[in-house]
Amino acid sequence: MLAFLVQRISQALLVMFVISVIAFAIQDGLGDPLQEMVGMSVSEEEREAIREELGLNDPMVVQYLRFAGNALQGDLGNSYFYSKPTLEVIAEHLPATLELVIGASLIIVFLSVPIGVYSAIRPEAWLSKFFMGVSTVGISIPVFLTAIVLIQLFSIGVTVDWFPADTGWGQWLNEALSTEGGLPSYGRGDELTHLFGTWESGFFTSGGLMHLILPSISLASIMLPLFIRLIRAEMMEVLQSDYIRYARAKGLSAGRINFLHALKNTMLPVITVGGVQIGIMVAYTILTETVFQWPGVGLMFLEAITRSDIPLIVSYLMVVGLIFVVTNTLVDLIYGLVNPTVKLTGKKA
Amino acid sequence: MTTATVSRWDRFRESFFWYSFKRDKVAIVSFVVLLLMVLAAVFAPLLAPTDPYDLAQINIMNSELPPVGLDGADPAFPLGTDAQGRDLLSTILYGTRVSLMIGFGAVLLQAALGILFGLLAGYLGGRVDSILMRIADVQLSFSTLMVAIIVGAVFKASFGNLMFGEIAIYMLIFIIGVAEWPQIARTVRASVLAEKKKEYVDAAKVMGFGTPRIMFRHILPNTLSPIFVIATVQIANAIISEAALSFLGLGMPETQPSLGSLIKSGFDYIQSGSWWITLIPGLVLVVLVLVINLLGDWLRDVMNPRLYKG
Repeated sequence: MLAFLVQRISQALLVMFVISVIAFAIQDGLGDPLQEMVGMSVSEEEREAIREELGLNDPMVVQYLRFAGNALQGDLGNSYFYSKPTLEVIAEHLPATLELVIGASLIIVFLSVPIGVYSAIRPEAWLSKFFMGVSTVGISIPVFLTAIVLIQLFSIGVTVDWFPADTGWGQWLNEALSTEGGLPSYGRGDELTHLFGTWESGFFTSGGLMHLILPSISLASIMLPLFIRLIRAEMMEVLQSDYIRYARAKGLSAGRINFLHALKNTMLPVITVGGVQIGIMVAYTILTETVFQWPGVGLMFLEAITRSDIPLIVSYLMVVGLIFVVTNTLVDLIYGLVNPTVKLTGKKA
Repeated sequence: MTTATVSRWDRFRESFFWYSFKRDKVAIVSFVVLLLMVLAAVFAPLLAPTDPYDLAQINIMNSELPPVGLDGADPAFPLGTDAQGRDLLSTILYGTRVSLMIGFGAVLLQAALGILFGLLAGYLGGRVDSILMRIADVQLSFSTLMVAIIVGAVFKASFGNLMFGEIAIYMLIFIIGVAEWPQIARTVRASVLAEKKKEYVDAAKVMGFGTPRIMFRHILPNTLSPIFVIATVQIANAIISEAALSFLGLGMPETQPSLGSLIKSGFDYIQSGSWWITLIPGLVLVVLVLVINLLGDWLRDVMNPRLYKG
């Protein structure tokens, strides 16, 4: 176990090192700090003097060590646009993204487990087939398109008048197919509760929750089909195993077998895969936040790209890289803990 | 001689492949739809009523006209027009063409990288294997979309907007190809590991063939069916990735739109009620990706490469 621990952590450090080298290369290759600091009127000698003073003429390795040293102390430079430390800017935007991810995760957990379990227990039922069909289509719909359709349906609203309004059924169909709209589709609203530090929460007011609905559903929509299929596949495999057959032979009730014995062993691989999916979710927050103008780190990153705010781009890379590496390492360690048969070479079965 | 030989076509008609295709309605419908879309995209310059790249054919007075069937529609523009007055049908035909080009191009690139690295890792093993697969693991854990967004952002920042727009097609093929190679490399490696234990490889070694020859001439042909399956699914993924990048403004410029950038440019007008500019290209994108995914599912069932994992 100790060897596994050491190996995992050293690998995480190596990955972090590579990320920092890439981040440094981007900063070095794209940003010219001098251009941001001084105007056009400064002479070449003065420029050279400032360059020397800033250490821009030092060898690459020295510059990288300085960059890494500062990064370790939490100093990743100042954002050009916000004119304050980049980590402060990220800390201000992070809670919005976290709340979006929490909202989406809640939807995923509360929908995928029952649907996955149901379609594993009754694979032939028409409802299971319906869920499987929907999830195949769901995988093919990009997250931003789901978001746009949701906005059209529930924020703008759709009025249907295809059926003759003078007949009873026509009017009923028109009304049934029309949607009201009215749900907010822009930002987080102004009813935010201050929790601590930079955390402004939308979970405690109706306005804040209303703003969360559409973005969370959009973000959840991309992961939901994957999780339903995963839970279904794992559960079906577990249901084939010997101990479930013995439990049936012993005469335990179906509910007890399915939800106590089978579900427990289903969730183990689901949780580890789920941990890895958090990383993938970060990429999709960029898309979701763009559609809904959600003031989180994803939108901040995209704006930093259009503004060529190099320090902020680099800091985002470092922070997101850290989040990925930490979650992946934790998931691996937990998996190693709960499943002692995992090979110490670190290759997951 | 002439009557006894079985033609290629006859052999194809006798094959299990054709037999299972004939009996699967979903596969037939998907294939026909995909074929129609590819043909429409290839012959877009002949089919499209107007040329969306030609500024002289665009009249801003025609902007935001709805599709035929709605109030205020103009029969000259069957699917309506976008905010710049371009005929939506034409832009969608050209956009599908761009999306398909990027999808196929990116998969060709990732197949080249993935096959090379997968063969090396699987056949040589040892240190080469562990280094290559570690890189693949790390890259996959970051999710391919994230890698693509970051590489795209860096390219865009270093080339500048205008320059990036001109070479966007090649950039996107490169970005998506590089971001997704681990998917194919893993599949190839897994089948190479199974193949290299077989006797024909030993025989080739005994005959004194060199390592590259054994890798590419003997092992590679036997790993093609899983590659074929995963490449199909990867085309769908590449098209979605391209659309996502374009939607974020890191892809095709509006003057040379793909389906993704059409959706993006239409999204700015959805609040004013012009839903068709964004939702019709969106529907085309979903149908395109869906039929490719369905064909991929069917191929996987027919070829049954146990190594594939979605």
